[in-house]
Amino acid sequence: MNKHHVSMSVNGDPVEILCETQQTLLDCLRDELYLTGTKEGCSTGDCGACSVTLNGRLVCSCLVLGVEANGCDIQTIEGIGSEESLHPLQKTFLEEAALQCGVCTPGFIVAAKALLDEKPDPSEEEIRYWLAGNLCRCTGYDKIIKAVIKAAKIMREENEQRTNRRA
Amino acid sequence: MHQMNFASPKTVSGAIKLLAEYRGKSKVLAGGTDLLVQLRMGKIQPKVIIDIKNIKEANQITIEKNGVRIGAAVSGAVVGECDHIKSNWPGVVEALELIGSTQIQGRASLGGNLCNGSPAADSVPALIANEAICRIAGPNGKRDIKVQNFVKSPGKTILKRDEMLTSIFLPNRPVKSSSAYLRLIPRTEMDIAVVGAAAFLTLDENNKCLDAVVCLGAVAPKATVVKTAKRILVGNKINNESLTSLVMACENTCDPINDARGTVAYRTKVAGVLARRAVQIAHTRILEKGNL
Repeated sequence: MNKHHVSMSVNGDPVEILCETQQTLLDCLRDELYLTGTKEGCSTGDCGACSVTLNGRLVCSCLVLGVEANGCDIQTIEGIGSEESLHPLQKTFLEEAALQCGVCTPGFIVAAKALLDEKPDPSEEEIRYWLAGNLCRCTGYDKIIKAVIKAAKIMREENEQRTNRRA
Repeated sequence: MHQMNFASPKTVSGAIKLLAEYRGKSKVLAGGTDLLVQLRMGKIQPKVIIDIKNIKEANQITIEKNGVRIGAAVSGAVVGECDHIKSNWPGVVEALELIGSTQIQGRASLGGNLCNGSPAADSVPALIANEAICRIAGPNGKRDIKVQNFVKSPGKTILKRDEMLTSIFLPNRPVKSSSAYLRLIPRTEMDIAVVGAAAFLTLDENNKCLDAVVCLGAVAPKATVVKTAKRILVGNKINNESLTSLVMACENTCDPINDARGTVAYRTKVAGVLARRAVQIAHTRILEKGNL
């Protein structure tokens, strides 16, 4: 079987892997790099559980071939926050009980962060449309939306404090 | 598991050479949002996947003298961020942006939507209404054909096995013109059109219709222009009388399938309603431009 040599940046770290043509970026992240935070749901781009960013753009990693990611910058859930210092989205998801089984959560956090990085103060409607490609079968979405709104506020305040400190 | 190669040529001629070499056993990859699903379901088993995203002309937007050229693999998100396209071809952008989620928008392309050949493809009626032109590359060079003539039947296009779609050209529109696209789905987001309707409209100085194209999606084996729409609307004001005639013409054009998503009668009825509203939106957009 032909294997392709793929070099990419994952959460800022340069990585090199060998993959087969049919292996998706999701397969590569989970099975070659053991980054299992990114979840496999439907594998057809409907559920958003496998959301990552590719060169800053939110995508379903199940709909990208590993070999397509050659030379690209990939950000996954593993690059967001740490056990010692959670990202505001991770904190508010816990506070608002925005997760139950947790399978969709990494996808939601990655997708919500992509939105807030681009648009710090989205309306509730904008958040709902942006996250329409992430499915959750437990929470009924309201708690997730609340958590994102709350995280957005915290992130704006943190950003303001940083700007003030600089000034 | 069958052996599948991958190629990422940097030039159109490189891609054409591969297409010829694999004699129909290849698949061209743009955004992959349809292709990867078909691969996974085992619907297709190509010997090679040819990624065209590293070919410059297939992955860039170029503003030309007579219009804008959108590479076949440019993603919906990138097109949606182009203000020039948004303001001049609003119907095309709103149709393209209706496809899938934010994640899908990050990859899915106009070229892929067209080459997939679905009767329900959202962007196709809007492209046809705006008289868009496909640029096709093959072993003997380039040829241009109207988007309207590109899809033959569900899943089938006029592309020969050693040809590829490189870009889609949107010709400049007259000043007093605009476009719109509407679709009906059972949910508010993330679904396949039960009916789609695109309208393009030009008005004269008295706000009478000077030119019109209405194109319907998902009500026939391929996107279908309502032939009588031009005759009904041109020379008239866009009012209840002309729109009522248009609705009837749309209903008469429909030849839909009956399925769980909608019956023949329902799709036919909705086609008329959506076409009417799309024309009204295009009309309003032109009048709003006049107030600037």
